[in-house]
Amino acid sequence: MPPKTEDIEIRLLLEAIFRKYHYDFRGYAMASIKRRLLQARDHFNCQTVSALQDMVLHDPGMMTAMLPYLTVQVSELFRDPLYFKAIREKVVPHLKTYPSLKVWIAGSSTGEEVYSFAILFREEGLFERTMFYATDINHDALKKAEAGVYSLERIKLFTENHRLSGGKGSLSDYYTAAYGAASFDKTLRKNVVFSDHSLATDAVFAETHMVSCRNVLIYFDRELQDRAITLFKGSLARKGFLGLGSKETLRFSSSADAFTDFAHDERIYQKRDVT
Amino acid sequence: MSTVMKSRKASDIIVRHTEPEAVVIGVSAGGLKALSAILPTLPADYPLPIMIVIHLPPDRNSVVAKLFDDKCALTVREADDKEDILPGYVYFAPPDYHLLIESDRRLSLSSEEPVLFSRPSVDVLFETAADVYGEGLIGIILTGANPDGAAGLKQVVKEGGRALVQRPDQAYASAMPEAALAMSPQAESLTLEQIADELIKAVQV
Ligand SMILES: C[S@@+](CC[C@H](N)C(=O)[O-])C[C@H]1O[C@@H](n2cnc3c(N)ncnc32)[C@H](O)[C@@H]1O
Repeated sequence: MPPKTEDIEIRLLLEAIFRKYHYDFRGYAMASIKRRLLQARDHFNCQTVSALQDMVLHDPGMMTAMLPYLTVQVSELFRDPLYFKAIREKVVPHLKTYPSLKVWIAGSSTGEEVYSFAILFREEGLFERTMFYATDINHDALKKAEAGVYSLERIKLFTENHRLSGGKGSLSDYYTAAYGAASFDKTLRKNVVFSDHSLATDAVFAETHMVSCRNVLIYFDRELQDRAITLFKGSLARKGFLGLGSKETLRFSSSADAFTDFAHDERIYQKRDVT
Repeated sequence: MSTVMKSRKASDIIVRHTEPEAVVIGVSAGGLKALSAILPTLPADYPLPIMIVIHLPPDRNSVVAKLFDDKCALTVREADDKEDILPGYVYFAPPDYHLLIESDRRLSLSSEEPVLFSRPSVDVLFETAADVYGEGLIGIILTGANPDGAAGLKQVVKEGGRALVQRPDQAYASAMPEAALAMSPQAESLTLEQIADELIKAVQV
């Protein structure tokens, strides 16, 4: 079967975005990005994806406007509480043996995962010795992460998640509520560096003891997943921990052998001592 | 294009030129019972992969695959991201993720926004499956109390696939099959037993 015109157009659009703006979406899983690009096409009143490409190439403001379609920004505090519970109960005892720690939260989106880690580490007495790197390719998301302000409507879910993760105090100790919004305590981000980093095009930037990269790899094809996982392997110290999203797996990566299953159901892996 | 004699009765003859390649099922309220009338009837060597979206409260969802794996001759799993789609396997969308089909015949998951208040969404599964399998797809809508799946089934039909819908008068909740039939009048409206039979017949040479 010859490829569908739309599929050709999408490939060309992604190539154009890469050449012009150096955002590389060419290795993303097509089914989801196609849906979202067709939504963008309709949103910008374009007849075809080629017409959308024309706009993207000739109007630099369009790249910013396209990013919310090209990336998915869905997150929660303590999303999948059992993941955080496993970190608390199983990973933290190992981390406690280090005098200083570096933790990389890759694809941190609007920051919910960062605040989850900061709170958990504070509750477990690790916060002061830890440096967090929160990275993403979406500037707006990074800015929101840095601001740490979430709508109050979401707090009920966050509170329940925090409790299920084995949270010690009350979540309300960490934010102040005003005008329908919850602002997270700014001391939670004093050890956090927020920066622009792409798992598709950038290199390793630090040696870390834990990498948490959740619900990012699902948007990549297997080849790009492999690139990202190989970066994590390169960044992690020996016996460092890698946490993935609840349906993501190392199984298909060429770097899989460098890791062992640490908490199977929670998708937490440990880098081997010798690799 | 295949030749499809449009029909709403199982007894009518349907002439198709393409071999079926995959089955997608969308179901909501009353779904466990409806699926129990279909999945356990399929033999261990059933050659088509079956991808399913069922709307359930998130905590119930993750045990569904296990439940059917025990009841069925087929292997039933909750989908993992980027796994190869294997013939004769049944894949359920995991709780809180959309399930999508990639053109290299792999499964993909996504946590993008709910569609029609649903994540997983029947529409998302059906639309991406229709895109990949075209005429080789069989799309099935069963009982449910919301209109999810109607747009997806329409896309299955548009791409030349076959559409089966549980008879609304027999469904535990009729809204979902009714919505699907309203958007795809050419879909075949059948009982659960007839749907199970059609799945067997579809792979007989
Ligand atoms: C669904 S969010 C995940 C948020 C959070 N980790 C969680 O699990 O709740 C996916 C994030 O990955 C980011 N992302 C997509 N492509 C990326 C890339 N190449 N490098 C780094 N981050 C990327 C998106 O911008 C988005 O913020």
